[in-house]
Amino acid sequence: MLLVSTALELGLISALTVLALYLSYTMLDICDLSTDGCFTLGAAVGAIVAISGHPYLSIIAAMGAGVLSGFITAFLQTKLGVNSLLAGIIVNTGLYSINIAVMNNTSLLNMNNTDTIFTKFKSLLENTFLAGSYKLVVAVIFVALVLILLTLFLKTRMGLAIRATGNNPDMVRSSSINTTVIIIIGLCISNAITALSGCLLAQYNKSVNIDIGTGMVTIALASLLIGYLFFKRRGVGLRAVGAIIGAIIFRAVYTLALQINMPAHMLKLISSIIVVIAIAGPYLYEKFMASARRRREMR
Amino acid sequence: MLEITNISKTFNPGSVNEKLAIDNLSLTVNDGDFITIIGSNGAGKSTLFNAISGVFITDKGKIVLDDMDITLMAEHKRSRFIGRLFQDPMKGSAPGMSIEENLYLAAGSGGWLGHITEKDRKDFRDRLALLDMGLENRMKNPVGLLSGGQRQALTLMMATYNPPKLLLLDEHTAALDPKTAEKVLEITNNIVKENNITCLMITHNMESALSMGNRTIMMNSGKVIYDVSGEQRESETVESLIEKFKDEAGKSLASDEMLLKGNK
Repeated sequence: MLLVSTALELGLISALTVLALYLSYTMLDICDLSTDGCFTLGAAVGAIVAISGHPYLSIIAAMGAGVLSGFITAFLQTKLGVNSLLAGIIVNTGLYSINIAVMNNTSLLNMNNTDTIFTKFKSLLENTFLAGSYKLVVAVIFVALVLILLTLFLKTRMGLAIRATGNNPDMVRSSSINTTVIIIIGLCISNAITALSGCLLAQYNKSVNIDIGTGMVTIALASLLIGYLFFKRRGVGLRAVGAIIGAIIFRAVYTLALQINMPAHMLKLISSIIVVIAIAGPYLYEKFMASARRRREMR
Repeated sequence: MLEITNISKTFNPGSVNEKLAIDNLSLTVNDGDFITIIGSNGAGKSTLFNAISGVFITDKGKIVLDDMDITLMAEHKRSRFIGRLFQDPMKGSAPGMSIEENLYLAAGSGGWLGHITEKDRKDFRDRLALLDMGLENRMKNPVGLLSGGQRQALTLMMATYNPPKLLLLDEHTAALDPKTAEKVLEITNNIVKENNITCLMITHNMESALSMGNRTIMMNSGKVIYDVSGEQRESETVESLIEKFKDEAGKSLASDEMLLKGNK
């Protein structure tokens, strides 16, 4: 039981990063490689602010830091002519130094005796029937909030402009919308969500390690691609739910693998393999089907 | 009124691929003009449209639209006054988004955080019904499912949803089958007339070049070589235009290009 709820909690927390990639990768068609660094940035900033005694403010501060990081990634690729992938890598590298600086020049922060959003909810839910699952409550609240706000946002004119920019940038330019502004806004929002995800994981673990975000982009991408299997060709809201389900499934499979004695450090290799299968699978399937059709026609 | 004065554009200057695409071109388009543009491949027709709509900034000259100097204005800002359609029906709409979502972006009403209201849907339905393609009953369908003709008609509607000061049509029916092309041209005529939009249309079809609009210009080597309207235009035939083209194009070919190449 503990195992299941832990997997669910961790799955939901990483689902936030998956939702961030749902916005940047699926909607805006930008593969944001600064995700790892931004995740750690959110964790570090959130931890420092929480340690200084402001558990609620830590959430907002982490998201603000994410906005800043997203702005720089977007600015590099829209205004300074840096290739989109390279912009993410550059920011990711730079963030390593910044994250250590944020963490008071160490690579490990401990929050064992710190008031966090989780401890706040623990005391808030004391003596209610939810007392035992306060961690799950926090995770569910944040995922639900982000899911609802993101879905509503994607239906606004701004959200439609973000989707169209990823779908057909020429068309967006010809409807007098500045794609530069759209990309900047899109990446600011997605990085705010990534940072929130990092902040929550750190407070959940009661510690931040400088490596907390390493490989996050691949793990989230794997989850997102698993999520594609659900609610294909449905509305943006349902597909976002699919992304969350993908994150939970990924975590569940990982937990199961640990149970059959897979070493923990294999997680990243497995996420890489899932991403390759999820991208190459449909591609090879299409190719195979196309040539099969040709062969049938020639007969 | 659109006033183009002595604009030039050279691509890849200083390289072996250097090409003078627009050569000291001047053109005045009066309000309500519907000009058809003809000319061979590489004559600079599309380049002229790119210059007007701001895909690039011209090397020389000036472009003024309704007393507003747009020579250096960014593309997305110009598109507030200039609508444009391309030959490729895939270019003007987002395939992954529904018809109503595409129209909502084009309509541009309701502010950044606004969303599609029932009133918007009704407006869209009424306008789509005018196209007579049944699109008004498929507003939630992704645009990617539409045929080329349907998509081009939709793009035309999007480009003219808020009537622009200037509409640029770049062979917008060339990729369609003849029957659909005719239908889209008919819709074009209706929309342009109803809203009294000033319009430039590139076409390879000499017949529609003469039958549509009120003025025809012929381009070659980045220049306007023939400009006809009024009674004289009515007396032109497809044959006389082709004859004219051979004459004019031949002359300029002989006069400068051939000479220059011969001297090398």
